[in-house]
Amino acid sequence: MKNFNGKALFLDRSDINTDEIIPAKYLTEISKESLKAYLLEDLKLEGFDPATDLAEKSVIITRDNFGCGSSREHAPWALEANGINLVIAENFARIFKQNMFNCGMLAVELPSETIEKIFKMFADKESIVEIDLKRNAIVIKGDGQQEEFIFSISDFDRTLVDTGGWVEYADSKY
Amino acid sequence: MGKTVAEKIFASHIIDNPSGDINVIRLDAVFCHEITTPGAINDLVARGKDKVFDPSKIKAVIDHVSPAKDSKTALQGKILRDWAKRHKIADFFDIGRNGVCHAIFPEKGFARPGYTIIMGDSHTCTHGAFCAFAAGVGTTDLEVGILKGVCAFHYPKTIKINMTGSLGKGVYAKDAILSVISMLGVNGATNRVVEFAGPVIDSMSMESRMTFCNMAVEAGATCGICYPDMTTVEYLWEFIQDEFNSKEAALEKYIEFAADPDAEYERIIDHDVSNLEPQVTFGYKPDLVKNVQEMEGEKVDQVYIGSCTNGRIEDLRIVAEVMKDNRISDSVRCIISPATPLIYQQAMEEGLMKIFMDAGACITNPTCGACLGMSNGVLAEGEVCASTTNRNFNGRMGKGGMVHLMSPATAAASAIAGRITNSRLYAAE
Repeated sequence: MKNFNGKALFLDRSDINTDEIIPAKYLTEISKESLKAYLLEDLKLEGFDPATDLAEKSVIITRDNFGCGSSREHAPWALEANGINLVIAENFARIFKQNMFNCGMLAVELPSETIEKIFKMFADKESIVEIDLKRNAIVIKGDGQQEEFIFSISDFDRTLVDTGGWVEYADSKY
Repeated sequence: MGKTVAEKIFASHIIDNPSGDINVIRLDAVFCHEITTPGAINDLVARGKDKVFDPSKIKAVIDHVSPAKDSKTALQGKILRDWAKRHKIADFFDIGRNGVCHAIFPEKGFARPGYTIIMGDSHTCTHGAFCAFAAGVGTTDLEVGILKGVCAFHYPKTIKINMTGSLGKGVYAKDAILSVISMLGVNGATNRVVEFAGPVIDSMSMESRMTFCNMAVEAGATCGICYPDMTTVEYLWEFIQDEFNSKEAALEKYIEFAADPDAEYERIIDHDVSNLEPQVTFGYKPDLVKNVQEMEGEKVDQVYIGSCTNGRIEDLRIVAEVMKDNRISDSVRCIISPATPLIYQQAMEEGLMKIFMDAGACITNPTCGACLGMSNGVLAEGEVCASTTNRNFNGRMGKGGMVHLMSPATAAASAIAGRITNSRLYAAE
């Protein structure tokens, strides 16, 4: 199973699309590792600089409709290559979300009020996210504050996370 | 209780229900292109599972960067080409025979009513025009599809959009679907199937229905679906005539996949398009849409006419009508990409190519090209493109570029004027 814990990167925007996560000009790359340097290169978000803001970050916390657009799995691969296996958002575009689980990564959806609360409490701090998959709990810590949030995940998605992805699961069953 | 189209298709395709509303369905076709498939092929080889579930149900094309632009894209093409050969995939389309995936596969009769189709491409929803459940997927889903012929989906919830009234002069399927996306929002149909019905759809050609379904994903939808009718049968007839005694017999079979009158929907939206004006997007999301009048005069550096949305013969005929006896503005470069070799040939035979060249357009081979900023017409920083494509994300056609989505007629008129312009100025009386 992948590591889902670590420092949080807050992206305060909705509709962050796959072209922003990994521009199409890099789709000529075939290996996941070769995408590492280009993650969020074209993100339209004031003050964001991938060169500095991505350093040591392991979790993305963002708003609505993350990963809309292309089917390119290069988008979650670029996250994975940077050690980011968990994205927390209000919701995700269907293909992107499925791609994450298919790769054994975690796409966690929380209600907009909860996301708003997380942004208010932690976005301006050095924050750490810890996940307890047995209890479906996310603990966020930062600057002496700590808060726990419970999320839901389908049995199927959990199986994909546990087994490392869809290829192994499907090959053993069908 | 009656069923929606997707419910009917699922009823005959579900092979497993691993948990909750997750269903594993059997696939009738797996479509492949050279950008998202090589990763799946390499992974299968690395796992020692270099197999395909059924070579006759796999269709592959090199279309996104064709001809190859560099060593990396040459390698992507080679991986797909070698794989197709190795597994005897007969329906493989390489240079000289290749076209934009969502244009060439329907043209070959590969999408049929009641089919389940996946492809590693978000605009796979295009094939819903044929009443197929056709969805874009990532490389891992594609990989499992290639290996096992299955894919997992949530049980479909459906939104029905009843398109009423009639489209006015100079207003096309593209304008109507932009208005629908504007209404639903970019994630208004996430995890939903959208059924497009009503007299507007009924009177549309298959080409226009493909334009419609193509952009369903821009509202987040898993797929857009139209009902099968005689227009569908006529389009498919050359491919299905051995299966049926008559067109009526084909229609009788296909119409079973249309939604039942008492089907249950999550939402039903009535959308009257009678007073709809030509539509143009103005920002970095496809739901940011205005009437063309509000955008008139905006500067344009490039016009791009092509793609899986609007690179079909119907589109090129409309463009020719606008461009005939006109000259593209010196301040604009206009790129026209017929979406398949057949469309290219038809355009030549009908004299459309001469009109385009006389007007000063650059005509490329069939390819996805500039649409996603991979080849053949990428924008420079700060440049603006009037485009018949489906997506206007920040940097889509090149870093720092702006894309305005519009119909082929509006794009052609804008090419002549050098600025965003209402095509009605050029419409033949």
